[in-house]
Amino acid sequence: MEMTGAEITIRCLQEEGVEYLFGYPGGAVLHIYDALFQQNKVKHVLVRHEQAAVHAADGYARSSDKVGVALVTSGPGLTNAVTGIATAYLDSIPMVVISGQVPTFAIGEDAFQEVDAVGITRPCVKHNFLVKDVKDIASTIKKAFYLAKSGRPGPVLVDIPKDVSAHRTEFVYPASVNIRSYHPQGRGDSNQIRHAAQLLLEAKRPMVYAGGGVVLSDSSAELTDLVRLLGFPCTNTLMGLGSYPANDKQYVGMLGMHGTYEANMAMQHCDVLVAIGARFDDRVIGNVEHFAQVLRKIIHIDIDPSSIAKRVKVDVPIVGDLKLVLGELLDVLRSSRQKPAATDMAAWWTQIDEWRVTGGGMRYKNSSEIIKPQFVIETLHKLTGGDAFVTSDVGQHQMWAAQYYKFNHPRRWINSGGLGTMGFGLPAAMGVQLKHPGETVACVTGEGSIQMNIQELSTCKQYHLPIKVLSLNNGYLGMVRQWQEFFHGNRFSESYMDALPDFVKVAEAYGHIGLRIDKPSDVEPAMKEAFSRKNDLVFMDFRTDPTENVFPMVPGGKGLSEVVLSEDL
Amino acid sequence: MRHIISLLMENEAGALSRVAGLFSARGYNIESLTVAPTEDASLSRMTIVTSGSDAVIEQITKQLNKLIDVVSVMDLSEGEHIERELMLVKVRAEGDARDEVKRLTDIFRGRILDVSEHTYTIELTGSCVKLDSFIDAIGRELILETVRTGASGIGRGNRILSL
Repeated sequence: MEMTGAEITIRCLQEEGVEYLFGYPGGAVLHIYDALFQQNKVKHVLVRHEQAAVHAADGYARSSDKVGVALVTSGPGLTNAVTGIATAYLDSIPMVVISGQVPTFAIGEDAFQEVDAVGITRPCVKHNFLVKDVKDIASTIKKAFYLAKSGRPGPVLVDIPKDVSAHRTEFVYPASVNIRSYHPQGRGDSNQIRHAAQLLLEAKRPMVYAGGGVVLSDSSAELTDLVRLLGFPCTNTLMGLGSYPANDKQYVGMLGMHGTYEANMAMQHCDVLVAIGARFDDRVIGNVEHFAQVLRKIIHIDIDPSSIAKRVKVDVPIVGDLKLVLGELLDVLRSSRQKPAATDMAAWWTQIDEWRVTGGGMRYKNSSEIIKPQFVIETLHKLTGGDAFVTSDVGQHQMWAAQYYKFNHPRRWINSGGLGTMGFGLPAAMGVQLKHPGETVACVTGEGSIQMNIQELSTCKQYHLPIKVLSLNNGYLGMVRQWQEFFHGNRFSESYMDALPDFVKVAEAYGHIGLRIDKPSDVEPAMKEAFSRKNDLVFMDFRTDPTENVFPMVPGGKGLSEVVLSEDL
Repeated sequence: MRHIISLLMENEAGALSRVAGLFSARGYNIESLTVAPTEDASLSRMTIVTSGSDAVIEQITKQLNKLIDVVSVMDLSEGEHIERELMLVKVRAEGDARDEVKRLTDIFRGRILDVSEHTYTIELTGSCVKLDSFIDAIGRELILETVRTGASGIGRGNRILSL
């Protein structure tokens, strides 16, 4: 049957099993919105800003194993979406973004709402397409979903000119995709896996360092089996939180700039390091030269060859799907008669336990006068049993959430790790809540970040999303202020947010419930009340200590063992 | 160190800018870049002359392979290969220099393609080093205009870059 390009576009989304399409209409996508109107399989979520559409699709994808999908118009619709696309790109989130474009005959004429969408997004997508013929829409969308989800996932943009969406052709959805230049690796090299197994069994001071790749490949079970089988310590990156249960005794906490002392010291002093779906980035290992001063064998398992040996030298590179590689590694280890030497392991754990004592765990001085931000997160953890979906924005509150909310399951911690996008938390929470109706979704934010996408409170009202917003309001752009205090002589240049709105009234104006919490003794009662309101969005404005800093901290450019533990030390 | 990287990619709009964009975004050097379709009209062959440490070259190769439009990549410098570049150079040819330039062109196995009262336009093919030597031999003061294509390369013998 002949269909228009717009009808074909929506049919393709149906074929891909798309539940929600996050978007915002405009001139270039009018045909697509018209096709959307005339069906009821794909549900559209109307956001208030295109950046939020992409973040919502992103949150949806991160909290499930599905591809997030967004639809925006040409020109400003697309440029507004770019921050969201770059956010997904840096964290390897599977996503398809469909953008309208001016008609093919107008391309290049500086037409109304024209931008070079594929040109602008090229550096921040896994791949992108400009569809110039209606006959290519179906095969292109098929490819887009395949590319977004397979290999190292990422966002894919499909730019559809308005006339192409109006033209008609026969609809055929391809059953399979073959891209001759694209063959993501499945299994890892068996020799390398055996080599890795041998190194692990002979290690005296081993360390497992697992990142977001474990979450993305749904390999948490394999990772957990591996760590327990070997009895090794395990750390998670910011992106990997939840991939190994935080309540396990072999877990040494998050590593990196604001990681635990024991995790960072173990990273620095181990003799065999196995990196799994992690990429040794600057916020994780700090100064590369300092890191390389200690000789250790590194096994690096990743789906993307370009992640291997990018920042550190690797002894055993293994390219492949983590699930398959870890599965094979487990088989090799289980069939080996050799076990890690008990005496070495005991000595190593003694050392790690000493570091645990020195580091003193995640700690802060609580107060009965002023709300400590860490206390808010601890209370959130306590009241939700560690089982909530927690999204965050970017800054101090993000680090405190990562440090004090103990994630025992993957895909529960939703944050912008790579790009560090303020304004991510609330729209991401919308995607999470839609994917998981009935579950507790908490958005941990600050008074700075929340104002970058606060208009989404309106979307939350329209779709009845009972998100619990926890704003740690310290009146400062906290992380900026912290760096200015430490490294810029207390000159708090533009980090103070004067003229803040009354967030309770803002929440109420959008039709939600707002609570202002000033006293530590009110934190738990307020949160209890908020969580008891299952059907309401509750905005909690916690007035927190403006002088509180995030510790431990490895200052930028320093080595992992050059950590500052707290202000008292 | 100087490397010649050869690659096959889909002959599609935007493929060239993906490669060029990758080099600028990641701060890699491009000494020269040439591209044209092959005998298979769906494929383009590109030769990139770049430089960098072994680690940088390894990253360049991996990042190129990661581009969806790139079908295959080969670092020609890793083995036996042939490198050729075409240069057109217009020189002032007056008085004594007229004979001297002709003689040098013959020595370098170049050809004079166009002659005017005051100029010669010379075609010369060879490795980049040979073309540099010719420019030095003629002398920069005589050169009016130079056009170089950038290097093209191909592996020797059984070293074949194909699908």
